Amino acid sequence: MMRAYAEAVAARRARTALGLVILLLLAAVSAHVSEVDIGKFVDHIGGVGGYFDRTLRLESGARVWTDPADWLWGWKRWGRLLVDTLLIAYLGTVLGVIAGFFLCFLAAENLTRSRPLRFAVRRFLEACRTVPEIVFALVFVVAFGLGPLPGVLAILIHTMGAMGKLFAEVVENIDMNPVEGATASGAGWVQVVRFAVVPQVLPNFASYSLLRFEINVRGAAVMGFVGAGGIGQDLVEAIRKFHYSDVSAILLILIATVMVIDLLTERLRHRLMGRGAA
Amino acid sequence: MLRLEGLVKNFGDKRAVDNVSLAVPAGQLVGVIGRSGAGKSTLLRMINRLVDPTSGRIEYDGIDVTALQRADLRAWRARSAMIFQQFNLVGRLDVLTNVLMGRLNKVSTTRSVLKLWSDEDKALALAALEQFGIAGIAAQRAESLSGGQQQRVAIARALVQEPDMILADEPVASLDPRNTRIVMDALRRVNRHFGITVLCNLHSLDLAREYCDRLVGISAGRVVFDDVPAALTEHVARELYGLEADEVMDMPASRAPAGVVAVAA
Ligand SMILES: Nc1ncnc2c1ncn2[C@@H]1O[C@H](COP(=O)(O)OP(=O)(O)OP(=O)(O)O)[C@@H](O)[C@H]1O
Ligand SMILES: [Mg+2]
Repeated sequence: MMRAYAEAVAARRARTALGLVILLLLAAVSAHVSEVDIGKFVDHIGGVGGYFDRTLRLESGARVWTDPADWLWGWKRWGRLLVDTLLIAYLGTVLGVIAGFFLCFLAAENLTRSRPLRFAVRRFLEACRTVPEIVFALVFVVAFGLGPLPGVLAILIHTMGAMGKLFAEVVENIDMNPVEGATASGAGWVQVVRFAVVPQVLPNFASYSLLRFEINVRGAAVMGFVGAGGIGQDLVEAIRKFHYSDVSAILLILIATVMVIDLLTERLRHRLMGRGAA
Repeated sequence: MLRLEGLVKNFGDKRAVDNVSLAVPAGQLVGVIGRSGAGKSTLLRMINRLVDPTSGRIEYDGIDVTALQRADLRAWRARSAMIFQQFNLVGRLDVLTNVLMGRLNKVSTTRSVLKLWSDEDKALALAALEQFGIAGIAAQRAESLSGGQQQRVAIARALVQEPDMILADEPVASLDPRNTRIVMDALRRVNRHFGITVLCNLHSLDLAREYCDRLVGISAGRVVFDDVPAALTEHVARELYGLEADEVMDMPASRAPAGVVAVAA
């Protein structure tokens, strides 16, 4: 009995070890195929540290914090661009959430009987969230020209795709009794959704949207890389033109802003969830 | 007059309702009895068209209910109000809004989505709550109410549909004995006072005997008894309920499992 158990354990260990070996082999193979050169990584890792070290020095060679006025010389312009960035994220989030809200009910199995309709909406949402925002932004810059509009559109589409799916999952988990009650009293589909579904899902939707806003601020910060507005424009310029201390200054402002937003939205979300549980 | 002719419902190869024919004149209070799984719920839900029959016909005052679609179907559902064991209210909405949902069929989609209820509708809803002595809780969230209160709200919602018929599927199965009385009394009042036909699935035989004008016994999807309560002998009851007979005749309603009540509250 004891031996049988020991054998079983040994067998399980052997299987785990084999699994690990396979996992490592696969990682090595994929690194080779995609030309990730470990040696190169080791050689240059110091360079990354050196770069960041370099960004923390002013032109004069002094450390940035010894002269904040010189370091943050562009704060007015950066502040304005940061506001642009936040507005792009905000507008993109609000419009994307609204679009996702209207589509999610059509993607939910428990509300939309028609399989073809559900399938079409689901694939559409999938396409919208699979293509990275920055790619949409690039396309829209070509179509609409430089500026914040392409950025807003790119974030809108991606948010719609992501939220539509997430919302649909929330909808699929609701209590169906109220839906049955409303249907049985002769309410139409839109009325059933409005009265029996929306009240159940709204706190969750709001919470997910806040989380999304946080993500979209980060997304909007790099929209400028492709000319789609916001602070990314100055950041990428500073990197390309080797304005070292500007890189760290912009990153500092960005990180501080994202942290503040994280804190605020988290607090709001907890409030919402608290009320949702009551 | 409600007429069911050869009504059949199959779920896969399981026959839930088997060739049921019934005629129910307006104004009757009919109890539908039978053991668990006999097909009582399916029968009631077919009348409201929550479930579509496999074959057979439902007719009401000359209308072929089985053929109704879209707007006509919704109008029929409003006329044949349903009451559920789990109340099926929207917990997060207040009581008055839950009752007003009974008006949805008669309000345009745009107005209702914006919650632009007319003063008449609001007065009607309040009056319905008043009927059952719960107008005072109109502003409370439905989920904060006791089971008995929730079921009365559900009956008020049914009432503002101005229905010809109320289909109650085990309306008291989740309630304690005191609330069972209150809710059954409310259903009887709706029946006597407004002349609304009531079809009521009941598990407890004693309640069925006490409240109903007529009992329809269902066994394995078939009608096996259809008469006044007095005609239901113990012998027939035993046949109808089999092993469950002693439970349903001794202790009405008190056998609702605690879990069900907790979920509903
Ligand atoms: N949606 C469904 N899918 C498959 N089978 C079902 C469905 N609804 C009901 N049934 C089956 O049909 C039969 C009748 O069910 P029904 O709910 O009508 O019985 P009931 O008399 O209301 O019983 P209870 O007292 O348990 O509520 C049961 O065997 C049940 O398992
Ligand atoms: Mg049932």
